Amino acid sequence: MAKMKSLVCRECGKEYPTKAIHVCELCFGPLEVKYNYDEIKKGISRKKIEDGPPSMWRYMDLLPVETASINSVIGPHAGLTPMVRARNLGAYLGLDELYIKNDTVNHPTLSFKDRVVSVALTRARELGFETVACASTGNLANSVAAHAAASGMKCYVFIPADLEAAKVLGNLIYKPNVVEVEGNYDDVNRLCSEIAGEHGWGFVNINIRPYYAEGSKTLAFETVEQLGWRAPDQAVIPMASGSLLTKIWKGLHEMKALGLIDKVQTKVNGAQAEGCSPIATAYKEGRDFFKPVKPKTIAKSLAIGNPADGYYALKATAESKGAMDMVSDEEVVDGIKLLAQTEGIFAETAGGVTIGVLQKLVKQGVIKKSDVTVAYITGNGLKTQEAVIDSVGRPFRIQPSLVNFEQTFKIGKNGGGNT
Amino acid sequence: MIKVRIPTPLRPLTKNQGEVEATAASVAEMIEALNAAHPGLKDRLCDDKGELRRFVNIYVNEEDIRFLNGKDTSLKDGDEVSIVPAIAGGN
Repeated sequence: MAKMKSLVCRECGKEYPTKAIHVCELCFGPLEVKYNYDEIKKGISRKKIEDGPPSMWRYMDLLPVETASINSVIGPHAGLTPMVRARNLGAYLGLDELYIKNDTVNHPTLSFKDRVVSVALTRARELGFETVACASTGNLANSVAAHAAASGMKCYVFIPADLEAAKVLGNLIYKPNVVEVEGNYDDVNRLCSEIAGEHGWGFVNINIRPYYAEGSKTLAFETVEQLGWRAPDQAVIPMASGSLLTKIWKGLHEMKALGLIDKVQTKVNGAQAEGCSPIATAYKEGRDFFKPVKPKTIAKSLAIGNPADGYYALKATAESKGAMDMVSDEEVVDGIKLLAQTEGIFAETAGGVTIGVLQKLVKQGVIKKSDVTVAYITGNGLKTQEAVIDSVGRPFRIQPSLVNFEQTFKIGKNGGGNT
Repeated sequence: MIKVRIPTPLRPLTKNQGEVEATAASVAEMIEALNAAHPGLKDRLCDDKGELRRFVNIYVNEEDIRFLNGKDTSLKDGDEVSIVPAIAGGN
């Protein structure tokens, strides 16, 4: 029996075949993959996973593709990024056991999007698509463009016209059709929904979305395995559409349902930037619906004003008894620098949001000293250099002379002292 | 007269018109009026308790009715209403 049973509407429960569709035609609710867990349970074990490929595809049994062979996967090297025991940052914040899940070094395009795109393109090819596309704030476009190049698929990526230079270049180098839309992400997204309706393309985050989004679960699976087959007490997760948070929550519960761990005591906490915080604002005001906003923040990868999974992110956070919070752009920059200077990890702006909110939740006593805490760092700082370029100082400039060097650093002949 | 913009998935019910007109003093009345003219429309917008479905967004003059008075939001001549099913996306 196939591991995928159907697509099911999260709102009204209507079921559909596992095709390239994403919205319930009856009630407009989002569709989600329904699995044959009984079947999956028969074949899965910690041992089998540990013996699997050194990538997120070791969890293939829980990913929505038909193939059972890593050789037919697009992006077989994605995921299984380092889980860094952050002793310095932990000590600074007063946490005994803090980990950084470091997707700044994901393969091949340095963000967690390599996970979802690997699943999406593998599934898109299975469904017969020759052209793939996406609406993106940058990281997703980079990943779709790279994976399309590697798999020989035609590619269109649609991005807002104000993106960071490195994210634009990070598309062009793979030679997809890069379309800059004069508007914000929500404008790009609306346009792409219309294009997806007209052309027979696989839009990874539109008609392929039910499959694509499942790729984020691998962050939960890896967390559990890398912590020695246990769920963390606290997870701090950046939110744009809210999908990542809901899928980490789902992934943890799948691990439990399949008997791979005994319990999920995890609180999932959501992080947004003040300039675009529709979900965190709804949480703070005790609402289960959000008001779409016009984003204005340096955290452009999180700048989704009308988040598709905002409602479900609020629900997951409430179920887990977690919290949400937001930080200013200044705190985002401070967060990026703090992580870099304590752990040697250079995160993009979304990482600054996560670290900033982590710090706030610790200060508020929401996250306690003894809690096993994982902060999800989803993108690489080299892609958002504009955010920090004015606040990292300048190099010391000297003549190529020993005297000049020693004067600059006030170092005596016998060493000793530094700046 | 109220102008109502109809999203693509509902156009089979409105003979493919993207914009229709209705006479109503509130959003709830508008839904009834639309359903009278285009039978079946209400079922698509509202659940079996008559409440608006979660992934249906209604805007009156660009403002989300969840921040006005919900279904009781009043309407006056010349108002423009948009019905927008939730969009997908992800960054």
